[in-house]
Amino acid sequence: MAEEQTNIKKIMHVMRHAPHGTIYTYEGLEMILIMAAYEQDISIAFIGDGVYALKKGQDTAGIDIKGFAKTFMALDGYDVEKLYVDAASLAERGLTEDDLVVDVEVLSSGEIGRLMGEQDVVLPH
Amino acid sequence: MLYTINTSPFENSTMETALRFIQPGDPVLFLEDGVYAVQAGNRFSETISSLLDKNPVYALTPDLEARGIGSVTDGVSGVDYGGFVDLVEEHQPNSWL
Repeated sequence: MAEEQTNIKKIMHVMRHAPHGTIYTYEGLEMILIMAAYEQDISIAFIGDGVYALKKGQDTAGIDIKGFAKTFMALDGYDVEKLYVDAASLAERGLTEDDLVVDVEVLSSGEIGRLMGEQDVVLPH
Repeated sequence: MLYTINTSPFENSTMETALRFIQPGDPVLFLEDGVYAVQAGNRFSETISSLLDKNPVYALTPDLEARGIGSVTDGVSGVDYGGFVDLVEEHQPNSWL
């Protein structure tokens, strides 16, 4: 892209809540899709119960909520490809990368913390 | 970056999670119910003391006062709203809501 690069900000969205008990994750995802249209350098970190948003096999039909795990799978179509998952959060929930619906980068908390420090903006959800 | 924590560590694990990610030198500000973390002699005093080895720790004074917290873990600094603004001005916030 020949566009001016200077307006591109590094923005990290941090998902820290389980997907269906509150609306944080869903609204966060909506915000990501909107921001993706502005061609920013977007990344998403899944921390704590936030990792449950990516869990395979979610069927929300019975609770009358639209499932959005699949929307995370569509993010690479919007050039949102930096998905980081906290290794400790996965491990303490008995999950592995194979339990997740998308390809992610599993990193240590310290590595994610360093990436946070490199951002122009960190947005908690 | 400025880590802000606004919930009690007795209520949820947000503080413990946040502190896994923090980098040396990053300041931490406790506010609202987060200030219960820095009350002297509680279950988290050792955590706060070791955090202080590498990170400055602040608590919002009006929130301490509102909760009757007169004594805080050694090394924790109280800040007023002006001090809060100064911290936000100097550091990119990383809010652990």
